[in-house]
Amino acid sequence: MSDTTPLLDVSGLTKHFPIKGGFPIRRTVGAVQAVDGLDFQVAEGESLGLVGESGCGKSTTGRLITRLMEPTAGTISYRGQDITHAGRKALAPIRSEIQMIFQDPYASLNPRHTVGKIIAGPMEINGIEPPGGREKRVRELLEIVGLNPEHFNRFPHEFSGGQRQRIGVARALALNPKLIVADEPVSALDVSIQAQVVNLLQKVQRELGIAFVFIAHDLAIVRHFSQRVAVMYLGKIVEIGDRDDLYNNPRHPYTRALLSAVPEATVDDTPRERIRLVGDVPSPIDPPSGCRFRTRCWKATEKCATEAPPLAQAEGNKAGHLTACHYPETQEIIPVTGLSKTPQEAV
Amino acid sequence: MTSTDSQPFLSIKDLKVHFSTEDGTVKAVDGLSFDLARGRTLGIVGESGSGKSVTNLTILGLHNPDTTTIEGSIELDGDELNGASDRTLEKLRGNKMAMIFQDALASLSPYHTIGTQIGEVYRKHTGASKKAARERAIEMLRRVGIPQPDRRVDNYPHEFSGGMRQRAMIAMALVCDPKLLIADEPTTALDVTVQAQIMDLLKDLQQEFGTSIIFITHDLGVIADIADDVLVMYGGRCVERGPKEEVLRSPQHPYTWGLLGSMPSLDGPVDVPLNPIPGSPPSLLNPPTGCRFHPRCAFASEVEGNRCATERPLLQIEDGRGNACHLSDGQRREFLADLAASKAI
Repeated sequence: MSDTTPLLDVSGLTKHFPIKGGFPIRRTVGAVQAVDGLDFQVAEGESLGLVGESGCGKSTTGRLITRLMEPTAGTISYRGQDITHAGRKALAPIRSEIQMIFQDPYASLNPRHTVGKIIAGPMEINGIEPPGGREKRVRELLEIVGLNPEHFNRFPHEFSGGQRQRIGVARALALNPKLIVADEPVSALDVSIQAQVVNLLQKVQRELGIAFVFIAHDLAIVRHFSQRVAVMYLGKIVEIGDRDDLYNNPRHPYTRALLSAVPEATVDDTPRERIRLVGDVPSPIDPPSGCRFRTRCWKATEKCATEAPPLAQAEGNKAGHLTACHYPETQEIIPVTGLSKTPQEAV
Repeated sequence: MTSTDSQPFLSIKDLKVHFSTEDGTVKAVDGLSFDLARGRTLGIVGESGSGKSVTNLTILGLHNPDTTTIEGSIELDGDELNGASDRTLEKLRGNKMAMIFQDALASLSPYHTIGTQIGEVYRKHTGASKKAARERAIEMLRRVGIPQPDRRVDNYPHEFSGGMRQRAMIAMALVCDPKLLIADEPTTALDVTVQAQIMDLLKDLQQEFGTSIIFITHDLGVIADIADDVLVMYGGRCVERGPKEEVLRSPQHPYTWGLLGSMPSLDGPVDVPLNPIPGSPPSLLNPPTGCRFHPRCAFASEVEGNRCATERPLLQIEDGRGNACHLSDGQRREFLADLAASKAI
């Protein structure tokens, strides 16, 4: 395996959920286009952040990568091996290398199992007998995630939300994975606990060299955790790039609007740029033609309605910073006083 | 306006709300005092279980009287609400004070049209006819920015998107032109772009109607955007209070430092770890003695004689600004300077 092969290579990834309807014979009458043609790579040890608003397909993407769902089209390659439709047997060795951390630390741990059994679960399933026994490994893992190793006999309800999320992290680490898909791992936690878990994940990522696909809606947390960030809108990646390029020089109008909408806990004398989008995200059942963002975009023209913009390197972008827009933004983000952009009255 | 402007519109004094449960008494709010002037917005920040929602349900009289004991005084525009009869409270709710909730879908009846639900409040308090109520509902929907309000008024909640439902809730809350609006995490369930729309709307409406707003949230960013004054709650008590600019620029309480240190920003350093508060929020069944924050406080050892663990720090307020902490002003300045120097806040 050469160094240039990315750990994860996703190309044209698509997931459409059929909608059944009609009487008396139920047939497919439409499809929710949850994810529509994603292309991205994740390098070894790197963290890729996926941000977007609800319904943009970020969680579906996570489930497709981990093969919890069958994609409608496209390919997923792990270390150069196509795993898009790999069967149970072919997947078995790879499953242990791709793990997942879930959003809800209350729903993702079996309340009837002790913490020891939960964390040892992946080893049991894969028939792995670590040196020194599973219990020793469980204690080690508990120590890594900052829990008392003596607590392996306790049940999930004896732990607080933040501690439970640590248990979820320990379970994901049990098989020494190469890639962890973390789906909103901190959004259910209180602010002070969020920071603890983010720090833990960052430590794990650095010390164990694990690659992350970090799915979240909180732009500040994604920026803090991920070296590269992809912004999704209605099932498509609208912009992807290195953290600094994307946050300091967003080229897609949606990225710019999203960043300007984040409330920041500062009271600057110079107000930040304010872009207020009108209306809501359209339905993924019947997404707008051409560019999917055009119904809320203040720059949209005829061309945007007819021609879907490809995800490409816009003029002036650094390598690897791709934008899917016909009219990319040109101005770097600077706090601008009195600047207001009012999108045209959308329907 | 019935009272003079020098008098606060809402005045809460030493409010205590205790629930009796099977496991013992939960001290959800334990000695909280604050004032709110007309047309101002007070942001209440705190984590889950800090008592911020309970405080506001108590103001509205929406607690369960069988299991709740309330002490202290809640004065709204000169009227005492603690101990007021159900009839009095019913007259005030929706009329003089109103509330919007986090989950708009759960707070709207799925069986009735948006227009009926908005009109119902109006008819109850003004005795208006059905026709007049419908007109009023359309007018309110227009005010909160719902397109085609004359058609949308006959829609059911499920036909609205999340942001539109929250707008409808705001329309319902403001239909009788209340003087006090309590907003309990109204934007938490919304996406950021929609959240920004709703906060702009609330600010515009406040300008127009002169409403006093209590805005409850866990997000200091939202506070920075919408509030005039901030009250930070921890374990059922106020730990810090003051004008927004001062609390965010020079926070005084170690808990507020911790909250600010826990939040990554859009332009801060990325390669340093965040500065979280260790431990978890306290159980209010058996809260810590002394200062409720002391088991998680990095500075408790700086106070002589273990006072943080034994003695409750009193909230000392001067000109609307103050904190409840045993640290001396000198220590506070020193620690805050250290934290700022290490970019921990």
